[in-house]
Amino acid sequence: MLARRIIPCLDVMDGKVVKGIGFADHQVVGDAVELACRYSAEGADELVFYDITASPQRRRVDAAWVSQIARELDIPFTVAGGIGSLEDAQAILAAGADKISVNSPALANSDLINVLARRFGSQCVVVGIDSFWDGQDWQVKALTGDPSKMLNTNWKTRDWIKEVQSRGAGEIVLNCMNEDGRRAGYDLKQLHTMRKLCAVPLIASGGAGCQQDFANVFQKTGVAGALAASVFHKNIIAIAALKSYLREQNIEVRS
Amino acid sequence: MSLMIADTGCANLASVRFAFARLGVNAIISSAPEELALAERLVLPGVGSANAGMQALRTNGLDEMLGEFPRPLLGVCLGLQLLFDHSDEGDTDCLGRLHGAAESLSGTAGPVPHMGWNTLNICQMDPILSGLEDRTYVYFVHSFAIKPSPDTLAVTTYGTNFSAIVRRDNIYGCQFHPERSGKPGALILQNFLDVNP
Repeated sequence: MLARRIIPCLDVMDGKVVKGIGFADHQVVGDAVELACRYSAEGADELVFYDITASPQRRRVDAAWVSQIARELDIPFTVAGGIGSLEDAQAILAAGADKISVNSPALANSDLINVLARRFGSQCVVVGIDSFWDGQDWQVKALTGDPSKMLNTNWKTRDWIKEVQSRGAGEIVLNCMNEDGRRAGYDLKQLHTMRKLCAVPLIASGGAGCQQDFANVFQKTGVAGALAASVFHKNIIAIAALKSYLREQNIEVRS
Repeated sequence: MSLMIADTGCANLASVRFAFARLGVNAIISSAPEELALAERLVLPGVGSANAGMQALRTNGLDEMLGEFPRPLLGVCLGLQLLFDHSDEGDTDCLGRLHGAAESLSGTAGPVPHMGWNTLNICQMDPILSGLEDRTYVYFVHSFAIKPSPDTLAVTTYGTNFSAIVRRDNIYGCQFHPERSGKPGALILQNFLDVNP
């Protein structure tokens, strides 16, 4: 049976893993390669690296650093951050990343998704979506890595989710911004709503605070994986213990 | 021992090369059929679509070489599918080293691509599976798959059963990514290095 995935997310700024609250005020939590290996050894199913400085600074993630990760790691990993062209994606995949994730550049030029899916196949094209509840509906935000450059878009999250799939996205990571970094649980209502619009795997992101939050998001929303950062970086949740807990709740996880 | 990886223009060669490097083997990457034909062991990786993959093989003249390669040959993911007769993806004729066709997983189970860790159910013992426990998790990312056949060594279930590991004579294939499947994946790659030529 297909296991639900536990995915530590490493927000990377200048080669260091950082974590902010609500996407701002970043603190350094460790070295990227070191943390990657630690999580893999502890039983992480996959890793995501977001170079959060790349899009706001209009530069691409560093391929040499990606290659260093690929050399060490024997589980899959995704790289995101400023991938805005076929050449950018080619460089990252050639360096050894398994998937590329596009967010802001896809909002600026949605045809990018088609171009990447045609060339590399949908299976390695992830679309990251930063979704914010504005009191009336969930709205997509762009350039969220730097609060001073963050932009509203004209996309409602539900419409953008349909759009990116029609263009060839093979997986969607939904960052629920209102919950991010607050450790008060995943946004079950939003994830449940959006999951029904997804024919491709949906990954929950934002809000994990305790083991039960993971059980809730798998049992109540049907997501394929759950992404989290601070609970792992700050040793609040150990991956091995989380997996035993989920197994006790009859949730299929990789042993 | 010369291990070579066929460069088909697809992008994931590095992760395969690094996986063998972790086993202490330096794999040579080449797109030249005359060079690859000399390999003692050959890996055909692949991501992307079947028609783009076959087109790349034909452009480089690799289709003929792969059609005749007499020593251990391992296809990974799309590389495995290209070793069969046909793929329904883009209605593509493939290399025909193994018999059967890749069919779409759409409508069979959950979301497609089938992406993530799923279990191997061993149905025939073979040296390539040596030391591997039954029901081990390995990492899959694919939208098409081959139905079980007499060449199937292990099946995986995603709505339907499909071939996860195949072998016929010197031809081996993994639908999943051994290079990204942790310890069980490394074991399979080591077994591939150890099988009799």
